[in-house]
Amino acid sequence: MSHEQTAAGLTRRTVLKASLLAGGGLALDALILFPAGVLEAMEGRSVVPAQLSAFVSIAPDGIVTIVSKNPEIGQGIKTSLPMMVADELDCDWSQVRIAQADVDHQRYGEQSAGGSTSTPKNWLPMRQTGAAARAMLVQAAAMKWHVDAGELSTTKGRIFHRATGRSVSYGEVASVAATLAPPDLETVPLKEPGQFTIIGRSLVGIDSARIVEGQPIFGVDTRLPGMLYAVYEVAPAHGGRLGKADIEAAKSSLGVKHVVPIIGNGDADTGLADGVAIVASNWWLANQARSKLAVDWDLSAAKGHSSSVYRAKADAAIAAGTGTDLRLDGDPAAKLASSAKRISARYDYPFIAHAPMEPQNCTARYIEGRLEIWAPSQTPQRGLETLHNALGVAPDAVTLHLTRAGGGFGRRLMNDYMVQAAAIAKAVPGVPIQLIWSREDDIRRDYFRPGGWHSFEAGIGANGELVAFSDHFVTFGDGKTPARAAGFNVTMPPAGLIQHLHYSQSMLPTVVTTGALRAPGSNALCFASQSFLDEVALAAGTDLPKLMLSLLGERRGTVAPDNRSPSFDTGRARDVVEKVVQTSGWTQKPTERGRAKGFAFYFSHRGYFAEVVEASVSRGDVTVHKVWVAGDVGSQIVNPMGAENQVRGAVIDGLAQALTGQAIEFIDGAVQQSNFHDFPLARIPMTPEIEIAWVKSDKPPTGLGEPALPPVIPALTNAIFAATGTRIRSLPVRLTTA
Amino acid sequence: MPYRLNINGVIRRVHVPPDMPLLWVLRNELGLVGTKFGCGKGLCGACTVHVDGAARLSCQLPVSSVGHANIRTIEHIGGTAIGARLQQAWLKIDVMQCGYCQAGQIMSACALLGRTPQPNTDQIDSAMAGNICRCGCYNRIRSAIRIAAGMEEETGRVA
Repeated sequence: MSHEQTAAGLTRRTVLKASLLAGGGLALDALILFPAGVLEAMEGRSVVPAQLSAFVSIAPDGIVTIVSKNPEIGQGIKTSLPMMVADELDCDWSQVRIAQADVDHQRYGEQSAGGSTSTPKNWLPMRQTGAAARAMLVQAAAMKWHVDAGELSTTKGRIFHRATGRSVSYGEVASVAATLAPPDLETVPLKEPGQFTIIGRSLVGIDSARIVEGQPIFGVDTRLPGMLYAVYEVAPAHGGRLGKADIEAAKSSLGVKHVVPIIGNGDADTGLADGVAIVASNWWLANQARSKLAVDWDLSAAKGHSSSVYRAKADAAIAAGTGTDLRLDGDPAAKLASSAKRISARYDYPFIAHAPMEPQNCTARYIEGRLEIWAPSQTPQRGLETLHNALGVAPDAVTLHLTRAGGGFGRRLMNDYMVQAAAIAKAVPGVPIQLIWSREDDIRRDYFRPGGWHSFEAGIGANGELVAFSDHFVTFGDGKTPARAAGFNVTMPPAGLIQHLHYSQSMLPTVVTTGALRAPGSNALCFASQSFLDEVALAAGTDLPKLMLSLLGERRGTVAPDNRSPSFDTGRARDVVEKVVQTSGWTQKPTERGRAKGFAFYFSHRGYFAEVVEASVSRGDVTVHKVWVAGDVGSQIVNPMGAENQVRGAVIDGLAQALTGQAIEFIDGAVQQSNFHDFPLARIPMTPEIEIAWVKSDKPPTGLGEPALPPVIPALTNAIFAATGTRIRSLPVRLTTA
Repeated sequence: MPYRLNINGVIRRVHVPPDMPLLWVLRNELGLVGTKFGCGKGLCGACTVHVDGAARLSCQLPVSSVGHANIRTIEHIGGTAIGARLQQAWLKIDVMQCGYCQAGQIMSACALLGRTPQPNTDQIDSAMAGNICRCGCYNRIRSAIRIAAGMEEETGRVA
């Protein structure tokens, strides 16, 4: 029985609902229509209302259960968002239990992991919800003791009345609190940062103890009675369609229960790719049976989609001129022509794969028109839409459970594996199906970080100042819109920092699926632009930190001309540049031959990061000795334990992109790499010491999944130049052994 | 084919083809899902188990080759002194991000400390080089192994 009370004094933007827990206690459900557009306001954008919610309950035994609504992909959000609630609730962390929410837009609003947005979007609402619950508990105690709530204080889940020495636990008054009207979230008092008892503490991840014991927690660990395992064979080249399929031999293979050819919705990019499903009692048996399939694929759409062709077309596009204007400030052509010194260079980088350690997988069961799904997805709600489009199953006919994901890095923003599992389950109604991709499937059928080419030119004045800058970017797209995650960023420095600047773009069509990879856009643009600016700095007789500081100039906020990108604060940028110059001892150069430091700065996903890499090169082998990181993600690091791990991981990820030889190549749409032998990831011996310095500005906290990655790549390649005189203008790094 | 396997001190009977890798016997036949599938080619170490105390890649180990060897998996590693110390060290500095590879990491670390109780960094790197952590938790993996080995933690810094 739930005793509902509608809150008095609510602003029209907030819905806070208190109810009595079954068995007694307080349940507080907060659906917050994000009023001030905190994120947008921080970025100087127009306000778009968004929904957020939190759910907290307090049982009579004092146990506080906080629902974690967002997907946990290793970024630590399942621990850090509840920390915000628990701190303002003023309970003890040991009282807190965390429950993973199922997908339910009506109840929880947006549920996603991407773009480093969870922290900035939730920082205020999570705290307000905790504070509201605390206020209700205090009010309940005041009623019990017939005193004024203002005379009461709280600590570690107890309420105290100092004057009389009485105290009561939250659990004891929770049922009474459930009958009260929740306070106005907008005016409920919040703690001062100095009063935090949980936020800012290094806390161990909420699932860590289960992980070290090997308990079932990931998507691929889902087990259901009668469950069968599936593989999904798709075309060997991107854009391929299913023709005639001879499935008899596979059908009679050991352990195989079903073989099902599936015609997709013709939209492999956002829907369901054609394929043949093999369902068996054991995944290995299903995978073995793939070799017995005889399928004719129509690969005509993929013809000519080869890396060498793309390269030649990019060369031609650059030779042909400047492409379509993206941003034209002042008169860069004239300024380039009249500048004292003019330099130009071309940069490029390859397609790369995400390769999270847990292969793509999803478990699905289809019974009488209803789907039940267990998925490690970063965007489960978008998955519901895709299911609707591709299979005609309406969102209200789907129950979607979120599992912990063994890494995301942007790969699981796409839900292709979810739709495939659902399509297979629909073909064998009543049987739970677990689809697991092989690593080869994962490498070949990724939504790759797209490759790109840049043709830069810079004009340097008589006093060594940068007077004009241009970049002609060649990317992938249909001619009007760039492919997913293949767009440019017109705020890329030095845009906004100099008067004469030209950014332009050309596009090449592709059948290859592309997508966001950790710090999308920035992970590539930063390498190209900060490397070229290093060239500019040296040509101007200075170094990159000094050049960046002179470009940044006075402390000021600049709003991006597209009015969509986050606003950029030159003061915060200056602070991280100066900080890393200091912590790394930038001015002291290594004396050893072939060893040097490199620097880079970038602003992405609301985070300001400057990084210095010290590396040495011997016989073509690069050793990274140390990386210094200075980052500003606002006033408060929520969980330093997790935050430092995110930064270290981003640094190692970036170093791997540059140094392990990561490149995905195509011949007629077919990916040439297949597993970790030819798409290598970082391994422990290449791990450098990483020193992190937080620069704490007075701004609200922002996310850390992404912004530490981009600068480490050009910081490394700039160090390689300083050590060897060889400028790295193409990723991955390939040095001759001479 | 019928097989009797000695897994975590218990005899388990399975009927599977002789070339089925131990990984898929553990995960799909016996419900021991702590041992992870990462690459299927012996390249990533996520599937590491102990066979008579030695770290082995279960995705490359046909069930017919196991015989009566003692197989130990992550589910049971806390029952060994070194395994329990490693689990505590892993939690002390919260090594993991996504956590998917950590079972394999702990199994490899456990085999290392079994033969080299006080490894130096080179020995750690060499023993752990077969275990990929895509999240890049390597600094903390080194530290946690040193903590479990009772060696002094690097001063002033976790990781």
